[in-house]
Amino acid sequence: MELLEFARGPVLTFAITVFIAGLTYRVFSLFLMWRTKDSSAGRSRQRSAFMSAIREIIRRLWPQATYKQRTMFELVNGYVFHIGLAIIVFLLAPHIVFIKDLVGLSWPALPNNVIYAVSIITIVSLIAALVMRIGNPPQRLISTFDDWFSWTVTFLPVLTGVIATSHLGARYETLLAIHILSVALLLIWIPFGKLMHFFLVFVTRSQTGAHLSHRGAQL
Amino acid sequence: MSDKKTLGEMLTERGVSRRSFLKYASYTASIMALPPTAATAIAQGIAGARRQSVIWLSFQECTGCTESITRAHAPSIEDLIFDFISLDYHHTLMNASGIAAEEAREQAMKDNAGEYIVVVDGSVPLKDDGIYSTIAGITNLQMLEETCKDAFAVIAVGSCATFGGIPGANPNPTGAVPISDIITDKPIINISGCPPIPEAMTGTISYLLAFGAIPELDHLGRPKAFFGEAIHDRCYRRPFYERGMFAKSFDDEGARQGWCLFEVGCKGPVTYNACATLKWNGGVSFPIQSGHGCLGCSEPGFWDMGGFYKPLSTATGDPLKWAGGAAVAGAAIGVASAAMARTKRNKVLKEGK
Repeated sequence: MELLEFARGPVLTFAITVFIAGLTYRVFSLFLMWRTKDSSAGRSRQRSAFMSAIREIIRRLWPQATYKQRTMFELVNGYVFHIGLAIIVFLLAPHIVFIKDLVGLSWPALPNNVIYAVSIITIVSLIAALVMRIGNPPQRLISTFDDWFSWTVTFLPVLTGVIATSHLGARYETLLAIHILSVALLLIWIPFGKLMHFFLVFVTRSQTGAHLSHRGAQL
Repeated sequence: MSDKKTLGEMLTERGVSRRSFLKYASYTASIMALPPTAATAIAQGIAGARRQSVIWLSFQECTGCTESITRAHAPSIEDLIFDFISLDYHHTLMNASGIAAEEAREQAMKDNAGEYIVVVDGSVPLKDDGIYSTIAGITNLQMLEETCKDAFAVIAVGSCATFGGIPGANPNPTGAVPISDIITDKPIINISGCPPIPEAMTGTISYLLAFGAIPELDHLGRPKAFFGEAIHDRCYRRPFYERGMFAKSFDDEGARQGWCLFEVGCKGPVTYNACATLKWNGGVSFPIQSGHGCLGCSEPGFWDMGGFYKPLSTATGDPLKWAGGAAVAGAAIGVASAAMARTKRNKVLKEGK
């Protein structure tokens, strides 16, 4: 019980504080970065920067025909665990209660057993993503600590959540505490690694789209 | 006082039939999750035992534990607990008072040295030399140490004696501690709860009498027979939890339909007790059945678990208490780092020119 109280109390408060501080730090430092003035004339630019950005966001939701064959599995797998994570985080009743307590918003939940099934699929999908990364030499070569650690801190809350729900290996209060601790680790890491893409993904794609369009790429 | 006769002989004298006695033995065996054959062993053990001397010490408590045990259900047969044991000292239940009461305690200790059982309810204050609770001119600490010195075993009943309970709750003004913090050289059985289930107390005492040994305990020193499973795992409302059907308040449709009380703060998932199976008041009901979430009263620190009505999956305290400061600090560092980067860049460009 003491570990659970420690996790629910000081650890969560600390993790949320670091998460918020890290988030604002990343956003401010990024948006206030200098921007080199591009004096060149846009090459046969047909669209505005805004439209190019929107198009790029949409375009990157699905692979181009050229790469379809090669990247299909990774793409579908990516969708599976991203949607799986979203369902787990936002549609499990105890999670909604946590969010409601924090910010006052709530919505209907899915039955626990549905979330349980989604969690298993997500775990398999995340493991598949890891196997792909390890099995592909160029990808393995360019992988850094950030990649491995980000995968680990994403995987752990799902795994510990399933273990806690299944009452495997220890008493429920201990398993729940470990689950909350793993979530705290995730929250602390998000702003400082590649997981920050949860917030920046469309920002960076917009930038890429606007930039490429200016340079005349036919997107 | 202890009697020379065996319990079997005494019960026969009192007109308790063999059938009633065996029923009691079977009942005890079943609630302690013992195999059916243990009923015979319990019956033989109790019948052959002499009356066990018990000294009951009440410290920082509310007498709720005594209220609970004296209301053990299965009337007449559970009452026999008071025939099985010789309750030589108990503030609330004994006739004697003052010096006579203390003499009864001392006499029992002398007559049954090494054999008597000490039952304690209530926590022991240690702050300021323990002056916050005294009996007969001595502190609870002195009385506990003195009484337990020659005891066979100690049974701590109630959450105050087992884990500090309400007196030990934050900010714990009297420096209250559980019995296990003080008595470390005797076997201690913890029967937690606020109050504990009567059958958990009587069942444990019966086991001690029948087998002369300590029942199997969990990591918190509680008999596994009563504290082996979480309330949540045995709760009749569990299917609603699995289906995601929750009462959102105590007077909504979900509450009326008897749905799961997790969202209104039920601590059943982390509370180990037999409420959902043995129930209370002769098996009539238990808190969740009556429409209120479990408070987790048989767990350590239950008073400080973040609030009775706060769901278990929420953060305790105010997790956003530093959110504003964190946002400002993060933004300030972000602005500073961007400014530094700009300055550095301008310097490089200038030098380049």
